[in-house]
Amino acid sequence: MLSRAGTGKTTPMSVAAGKVSDSEKQVSTSALLDVRDLSVSFRDDAGWVQMLNNVAFTVKRGETLGIVGESGCGKSLTALSVMGLLPKRGCRRTGAIVFDGRDLAALGESGMRQIRGRQIGMVFQEPMSALDPVFTVGDQIAETVRTHFPVSQREAKERAVEALASVRIAGPANCATQYPMSLSGGMRQRVMIAMALVCEPKLLIADEPTTALDVTIQAQIMELLLELGQRTGTALLFITHNLGLIAESCERMIAMYAGEVVEDGPVESILQRPLHPYTAGLLESLPGRRAPKSRLSSIPGRVPSAREMPVGCRFGPRCNYAAAACQEPQRLRAVDDRHVRCVRASDLALAGAGV
Amino acid sequence: MNKLWRLLGRRLLQFLPILVFATFVVFGLLQLVPGDPALSLAGDYASTQRIAEIRHEYGFDQPLVVQYGIWLWHAMHGNLGLSLFSSEPVTQLIEDRLPNTIMVAVYALVVASAIGIPLGVLAATRSGSKIDSFVTSTASMGVALPSFWLAMILALQFSLYRHWFPTTGAADFFTDPAGAISHATLPAIALAVGVVATLARQVRSDLLEVLNQQYMRTLRAKGLSNGAILWKHGLRNVSATLLTLTGLQVNRLFSGAVVIEAVFAIPGVGSLVSYSAINKDFPVVQGVVLVLVLIVISVNLFVDIITALLDPRVTAST
Ligand SMILES: Nc1ncnc2c1ncn2[C@@H]1O[C@H](COP(=O)(O)OP(=O)(O)OP(=O)(O)O)[C@@H](O)[C@H]1O
Ligand code: SF4
Ligand SMILES: [Mg+2]
Repeated sequence: MLSRAGTGKTTPMSVAAGKVSDSEKQVSTSALLDVRDLSVSFRDDAGWVQMLNNVAFTVKRGETLGIVGESGCGKSLTALSVMGLLPKRGCRRTGAIVFDGRDLAALGESGMRQIRGRQIGMVFQEPMSALDPVFTVGDQIAETVRTHFPVSQREAKERAVEALASVRIAGPANCATQYPMSLSGGMRQRVMIAMALVCEPKLLIADEPTTALDVTIQAQIMELLLELGQRTGTALLFITHNLGLIAESCERMIAMYAGEVVEDGPVESILQRPLHPYTAGLLESLPGRRAPKSRLSSIPGRVPSAREMPVGCRFGPRCNYAAAACQEPQRLRAVDDRHVRCVRASDLALAGAGV
Repeated sequence: MNKLWRLLGRRLLQFLPILVFATFVVFGLLQLVPGDPALSLAGDYASTQRIAEIRHEYGFDQPLVVQYGIWLWHAMHGNLGLSLFSSEPVTQLIEDRLPNTIMVAVYALVVASAIGIPLGVLAATRSGSKIDSFVTSTASMGVALPSFWLAMILALQFSLYRHWFPTTGAADFFTDPAGAISHATLPAIALAVGVVATLARQVRSDLLEVLNQQYMRTLRAKGLSNGAILWKHGLRNVSATLLTLTGLQVNRLFSGAVVIEAVFAIPGVGSLVSYSAINKDFPVVQGVVLVLVLIVISVNLFVDIITALLDPRVTAST
């Protein structure tokens, strides 16, 4: 109803020298979201620090894209950039975020308000604190509807109850009258999903939607997200540090390291044969592998701080395959069906997930 | 709704002992005031026997607890006794003077809320800016300003020198609203300054905390405007603490009124109680204290109900 798709014009990309490879990627016309050369910096007492460096990826309509990476690698920043929810002061964002043919990066705050909640929904990691404690969940969902559609309070409430039913909450009408504090974490996350999907957005960004939940609830929420995405044709940008979840749920994935995309391709082929040593390291930590350790403990060393980023490959200090050529800054280059930020991608034979 | 009734019941049960305790303490404290009311009642040349008679007549020879019990029993029947000196019923004295005190207190509260709350909101939304540091630093000063000192400065400047406002007295709000307002303006300002500062500081810090909560990001992600986020969600979230704080200011205004009424010679219950305490006019002091405690308790009860309706966490946590 409020969609103005097609009327906005795409801002021509500025392709700086040295970033050619990032734009080598063919921009498919069917891409719903096309993030190009996204960089984000924050200012602190010592000056500007870059936290995202030329992040680029696309999400096709109806597709599920996974973003994986260690804590602090910039996954949430990427999501917040797309939503235009970065802090207003002390933060700089460059690059293009083309959504449905329009560059969100060039859109003002009021334009973004018509995108948020309507065209792009978002579910956050912390269900316990993500809902306003003094309004009933029904009111909060109805508020989203009323923000984007000129409907009556009653109709909005009805839509809210329907949305609660669609996330399989038993007794949705009763649930709508509850305050968040009387709901469990899993229930609140369902409410968050209902709220994010109530306006039937084209894209749903889920930033670690299950991390804070019990393991049994995690599986239910994942299933729900995927099923709803499929039923409504909503594309899903799924952020997690758990590669196992991506393996189960996504078609394509990107791996991020220290504010950069290091590998981008179809999940199946990455699992079979990772091209970047970091992705291979992530695979090591998948359950059922030789060393069934938790998280990413199988990669020794730690992420360099944003202030002390190596000039060459950012993964270099932790990489077992580092060579002389790795001292150069690494570009994202096309290799087979992927994009990889590793000079040795073609000559390394890295182990995939055991079959 | 059930929870609300339970909250109400519990509050009433808490307030009753407070009421008894407060009036009993005042009863006891009055004994410490130097001088014997029987002596002054009896007049200068009374015989010892006459004084003893008076003591007996007024019950001063009874143990303290008994005296208090008798007073309480009468008070429960709406009889606060007679003034020892003017022999007027205490209820009549209070009825005559309470409106003047309420006028000043309500006036001060309205002015203070109308200025203090927006200032706090402004400072919170522009936190770190010049406006914020201005509000914060002026508020710290305002909190420390003694209201009687301010009252004297105001009286000197605006009524004695400039004659903008009357220096002393009060007028009835219903028969002479303009007069009542003009009489109450300076005292209300003197009382309001501290309240403005307290409110502004508290609103600023509470709102700042709320605005930094995770759910604020959710609200932005829904596509809400900054105005809706601040005025609907921000203020609703601080409303409970804000109302509670405002309720506390009512207590403060009534106690402040005692001093302010003396400075501006306002015939309110504040000046009545200080005058009567000096003269050991027990029944009057007791009556005024009872009425003030009742007012404060009712205000707090009212605040409790409203906050419980506004914020579900209140009923859950009590
Ligand atoms: N408002 C901010 N000001 C300064 N630095 C920030 C800000 N927000 C994020 N950062 C920094 O940006 C980097 C990336 O943060 P981000 O939240 O995107 O990580 P993440 O990949 O989502 O990690 P996690 O798995 O822990 O959620 C971190 O080093 C973080 O400290
Ligand atoms: S570029 Fe070199 S150091 Fe970096 S991941 Fe590839 S092999 Fe390792
Ligand atoms: Mg994160």
